[in-house]
Amino acid sequence: MSPYTVPAIVVVTLATVVIGAYGLRLARTTSDFLVASRVVSPTWNAAAIGGEYLSAASFLGVAGLILKYGVDVLWYPVGFAAGYLALLLFVAAPLRRSGAFTLPDFCEARLRSRWLRKLATAFVVFIGWLYLVPQMQGAGLTLSTVTGAPYALGAVLVGGVVTANVALGGMRAITFVQAFQYWLKLTALAVPAIFIAMQWQAAGRPAITPPNGVVFTRPTTVVVEHAARLTLPDGTVMRVSPGERFDFPAGAPVPIVDGVEDGHDWLLPGSGSGDRGLFATYSLMLATFLGTMGLPHVLVRFYTNPDGAAARRTTLVVLGMVGMFYLLPTMYGVLGRVYTPRLLMTGETDAVVLLLPSAALGDGLAGQVLSALVAAGAFAAFLSSSSGLLTSVAGVLSTDVIGRGSVRDFRVAATLAGVVPILLAVNIAGLDVSQVVGLAFAVAASSFCPLLVLGIWWRGLTDVGAAAGVLAGGGASAAAVLVTVLGPPLDGWAATLVGQPAAWTVPLAFAVMVTVSIATRRRIPPGVASTMLRLHAPDALRL
Amino acid sequence: MTDAPARGGQTRRVRVVLAEIARQRANADHIRTELAEQTRVGEALIRGLVRAQLALAVRLAVVVAVGLGGLPLLFAVAPAVAEVTVAGVNLPWLLLGVVAYPFLFVVGWAHVRMAERNEHDFTAVVQRPEQ
Repeated sequence: MSPYTVPAIVVVTLATVVIGAYGLRLARTTSDFLVASRVVSPTWNAAAIGGEYLSAASFLGVAGLILKYGVDVLWYPVGFAAGYLALLLFVAAPLRRSGAFTLPDFCEARLRSRWLRKLATAFVVFIGWLYLVPQMQGAGLTLSTVTGAPYALGAVLVGGVVTANVALGGMRAITFVQAFQYWLKLTALAVPAIFIAMQWQAAGRPAITPPNGVVFTRPTTVVVEHAARLTLPDGTVMRVSPGERFDFPAGAPVPIVDGVEDGHDWLLPGSGSGDRGLFATYSLMLATFLGTMGLPHVLVRFYTNPDGAAARRTTLVVLGMVGMFYLLPTMYGVLGRVYTPRLLMTGETDAVVLLLPSAALGDGLAGQVLSALVAAGAFAAFLSSSSGLLTSVAGVLSTDVIGRGSVRDFRVAATLAGVVPILLAVNIAGLDVSQVVGLAFAVAASSFCPLLVLGIWWRGLTDVGAAAGVLAGGGASAAAVLVTVLGPPLDGWAATLVGQPAAWTVPLAFAVMVTVSIATRRRIPPGVASTMLRLHAPDALRL
Repeated sequence: MTDAPARGGQTRRVRVVLAEIARQRANADHIRTELAEQTRVGEALIRGLVRAQLALAVRLAVVVAVGLGGLPLLFAVAPAVAEVTVAGVNLPWLLLGVVAYPFLFVVGWAHVRMAERNEHDFTAVVQRPEQ
């Protein structure tokens, strides 16, 4: 373990708190406090959106998935970035012009329905908590991987810092914090990546997929933690039990744990499961492409743009920034096969980003400093994503459930919104980070995406239609989430349909919303023409 | 206005005829009122704009759906394509790991440009003095 890791994590956490406190001094009025008075410039705003968006799933999970499954999971980062394109094409400018601060606000502004607002609030809180729990778990796992501290400590530490910061600083503070953390995360992945790539180049580019399977590049000792079935490249199967110790010399083939892909399956698309694999790929694309616009913490940000055109430009900058970031996890996942093959044996591939710098560069100063840098980046990822999520969950709770949106209500709501996921994260340790984040996208894509797209572009949407669509699509995908997380393991088509539900829940939500709206045509709100005018008329006209 | 002559009188003089400005403003206000009060003209104008913006968004979404969405199908139908290597890297890795991001950005950039042009055209129609 690097001696710089703990100081680096402490510095990131302190910096977050200090910048938050600095922002707090600037926040004077309720309006300042909640929406940063709408004076945030597009570049700052875009960095803040990027900082908020790039969570533990992006920073650690994507590289881990690529190391484990290869080319098929490249769709995760592509989809996470493409979500901003869908947001730009269909939502950004009209949403900003609607003046809605949160999704429930949009429901009320567009459909003039109080009870639809309550339904949207429930989904915002569900998606927010679904996304917060894995963030805090990831923090707990990172802290225990790099320092050996107990799992619960990391979860409570990150949860506590974030909750206090959001409750005391409000959104103005958060804008500065988030923008700072985008650049920190980019640096924390990019700088070590450059050194690791140079090292790989200097070593004569060791093969990523050697013809005879992956081999240990240096002598390695692995102590087994869980019972597992391992397969050697020549097809030999061995079963291992906890506590067993293996010493591999350099050049020995790596036994691969069940569920990890190797050779052609890893290198080439469409491995194994045929039609089901194709269905899962398209389902994942649909969830990530359309889910981003429905994530509560993404939409709140748009209110800080001065007008619709600025919202569009901000989104474009975010697309560029997020795309630039996602070039890096792929490198970690690929080079992890050369330098950390041990993870293919243990299956704990989420740790690849944390372990790769010291594995590739050795235990010298460079390896230690860069390890500390990625650990700091990972912490920035947890802090910033959970801050953004907590702000938006607390925002809807304070305006719709607890009170009328005063600063005091917001503080009470933030505390409540933070404590629930901390308790969940401490008590449920077995959820898989990337999978749960993927499911949160699926729920968002099947509830809020149809509501936003139809609400912005189709005059015929009614409150009853919107509610029916959200309940059908969002309800079905939420049920799929609960079955995946709590239910028995499934296989075959049932597992695919439940594990990647978006390909059927998104069309279901659109179909129900359109059909029920047409059936209840008389409930079209009377002011729909002037609402459409406000959403779409150019900012220059100031109607 | 007041301190411009003090800088050596280099500012260009502009001829101001109050009646012209007043007339322009009246025309613009007139159409704004039509838009805001949903007269038939205003309604047609805004419907046209919404349709143009939606058509633009859908066209670009189709570009992405074909460009990216076609890839899994292509790799499934013609596995040989996936085995092509460029500079030692397999084509799927290059397309999904690198090329996809600039592609998305260029589509987004095109959208911002064209959407702003649509709005500019609309504003020009609304603010054109009526003959």
